[in-house]
Amino acid sequence: MSAPVDSLSQPRFVAGDNGDRLLQVSLGPQHPSTHGVFRMNVDLDGETVVRLKPVFGYLHRNHEKIAESATYLGSIPYTDRLDYICSLTNNWAYALAVEKLAGIEVPERAEYLRIITAELTRLINHTAFAGFILGDMGAWGSALMYAFREREKILDLFEDLTGARMMCNYMRFGGCRCDTPEGWVDRAKKVVAEYPAFLDELEQLLLGNEILLARTRDVGALPAATLLDGGITGPLLRAAGCAYDVRKVDGYGLYSRFKFRVPLGGHGDCYDRIMIRFLEMRESLAILREALDTLPAGPVINPKVKVRAFKPPVGEAYARIEGPKGELGFYLVSDGSPRPYRYRVRPPSFINLTLLEDMCLGRDLADVVVILGSIDIVLGEVDR
Amino acid sequence: MNPEPAVILEQIRAAVPAARPVLLRNPGPAGQDSILLDTASAQDVFRFLKTAPGLEFDLLSNLTGTDWPEPATAHSVGVPPEIPPPPAQGFLEVVCHLYSTLRREGPLVVRMRTADRAEGAHLPTLTPVYRSAEFQEREVFDLFGVVFEGHPDLRRILMWDEFHDFPMRRDYVAPDDYEYEPTPHEAVWERAKEHYAVPDGTSETGAPAPPQSLGLADEAACEAACSPLREERDRLSPNPPASDREVTP
Repeated sequence: MSAPVDSLSQPRFVAGDNGDRLLQVSLGPQHPSTHGVFRMNVDLDGETVVRLKPVFGYLHRNHEKIAESATYLGSIPYTDRLDYICSLTNNWAYALAVEKLAGIEVPERAEYLRIITAELTRLINHTAFAGFILGDMGAWGSALMYAFREREKILDLFEDLTGARMMCNYMRFGGCRCDTPEGWVDRAKKVVAEYPAFLDELEQLLLGNEILLARTRDVGALPAATLLDGGITGPLLRAAGCAYDVRKVDGYGLYSRFKFRVPLGGHGDCYDRIMIRFLEMRESLAILREALDTLPAGPVINPKVKVRAFKPPVGEAYARIEGPKGELGFYLVSDGSPRPYRYRVRPPSFINLTLLEDMCLGRDLADVVVILGSIDIVLGEVDR
Repeated sequence: MNPEPAVILEQIRAAVPAARPVLLRNPGPAGQDSILLDTASAQDVFRFLKTAPGLEFDLLSNLTGTDWPEPATAHSVGVPPEIPPPPAQGFLEVVCHLYSTLRREGPLVVRMRTADRAEGAHLPTLTPVYRSAEFQEREVFDLFGVVFEGHPDLRRILMWDEFHDFPMRRDYVAPDDYEYEPTPHEAVWERAKEHYAVPDGTSETGAPAPPQSLGLADEAACEAACSPLREERDRLSPNPPASDREVTP
C-alpha cells in the first residue's frame, strides 16, 4: 500500500545563473519554523542559498476590502486579527488614524491606558519572540514555555481589563472602551515589578549560550542604509544602529512625557536583533512603572464622540505607531459616509520581508530559519 | 513634525520642471496636503526627494492605491487650490507616504494618477529608487491592476497567479462559484426543493405543503448520486475502502 506521491515532494532542479544545477526547496507553508503559513522557494547550491522567493497569500482574506464595507467602528475588532499577538497596538494605530481623520481629542487617562496596554503588548510580543527564535534554533519548547508562563500573567491582566485575552477590542475613537476594574492597577504593578527577575533569568539562560552565539552572530546582517531603503522599521532597523523610534520621532499619544531610551545595536545581525528586544523590554518596563504610578483620574473616552452613526468629515489621514514589529500605519480616506472610502494597513511584518532574500543569500539553509525568526512576522498581518 | 508641501512643491518645480506638480489640499482636519505628480518624470522627482539636501526623504513608508471610478468623488476629497475641472473619466491613484529619518519629518504625501482604469492603468515603478516599493507595488498591481513599468518582478502577490480580476476596485463583484465541486447533497437539495414547491392551484394560501418525509428517504437516489464520487475517490487513492480496514475486536 503506497500513498499517492505529491509532485512537490519530489526533488526539483532549476538552472542557476551560470548554468549550475540548483535544488529548489519549497520551505513551508506548513512548517513550524515559518511562524504560520508562509512559504519560500529556496534555490540551493549544496547547502548555500542562491535565490529565495517568498510566496504570500495563504492567509489572505482581503482585510482592507472587508473594512471598506464595514463602518468605522465595525473594523476595530477586525484589526485585532491582523497581528493577533498584539491586538492592542493594532487597535491604537487604527484609532489614531480615525482620530486624525476626524480631529478627535483623547482624554489624558485614556492616553495613559493606551500607553500601558501598548507597552504590555510589547512585552508579550518580545517575550514570545525570544521563545520562538530559540525554537527555530532547535531548543524546541523549553524556552517558549518559560516565555509563555510570563505572557500568561499579562494575558490575565488583559482579560480583567478588556474581557478578552488576545482579541482585546479595547480602544475606541476618542479613548478606550472601559475603565480599569477594581485593583487592576495594583495587579499590573505587581506583574511589572516581578518582570525584571524573569528577564534576568531568561537573559542568563540564553544570551551567553554557546549555540545561540554560534547560530546568530554575523548572520543576516545588512547595513542600516540598505534596511532603510527597503522600508524596514522597528527593532530590525535599530539593531543595525539607526536611531528611529516612532514613539520618539512622532511623540504620538503622550510618549513625549515619558523618559525612556532607544536601544541600538552595532552589527545588525540576528544576535543584535534578539538583544535589542531584551533591552526594549527593559525600557518598556520603565515606561510602565512611570505610567502606572502617575495614572491620572478622569474619563477614559471623549464624551463628544458619537461612536455609533459616526461619520468623519471628507478628507484623508495617515497615522502610524511604533508597533512591536515595526512601524504600523493606517491610511484612511473618507468621503463623508459612515464607511471608509479607502482603508489601508501598512503592515510592518509584510514590508520587513522585502529584504529577506538579501539577508539570506550566501547563507546555509538552516540560517534562513533563524533569519526569518529574527524578523518576527505574524502571518495574519503579512497576508491580511 | 509635518513638512510644508507648498515649499517642497516649489523646490520640485525648480529641480524637475517636467514634473508639473500640483498641490492638493486635504479638506479634513488631518492637514496632510499632498503633491500630485505628472507620471512621466516621477522617478526623477522621487530621486530628488530622496537625495536633495534639506529634503532627504529616505524612508518610503507606505505605498498604496485608491480606485476612483467617479472622478467627481476624487475631486471632492483632494481639492486643488485653483480648482480645475474634474478629470473626464475614472482613474487609479497611487499614494506614497515619505518620511525623513534624518530630519525626523513626515509624512510627505505624494500621489500619481493613471490615465484611466483600463489600458491606461500604467505608472512608472519606484522600486529602483526605494526598494521598499517592491512588494507594495506588487500588491497594488495584484489588487488594483496598476501596471508598474520597469518593476523587476511584477507578479501577483496575495492572490494566486491564475486569478483574473482586481479585488480592491470599487466595481469588483466576487464570483459565487469558488472551488465548486459536486456533492451528493445536491441531489438531496434538488429533491427538497421539489418537495417544498407549491403545486399549482392546490394551495389557497400559497404556503408550502407540510412536509411528508424529509431528506434521505430514497436510498437508491442517494446511492446513485454518491457512487460516481466514490469511484472517483477510489481511482485517485489506492487505499482500500474503509470496510476492508475494519478490525474486529
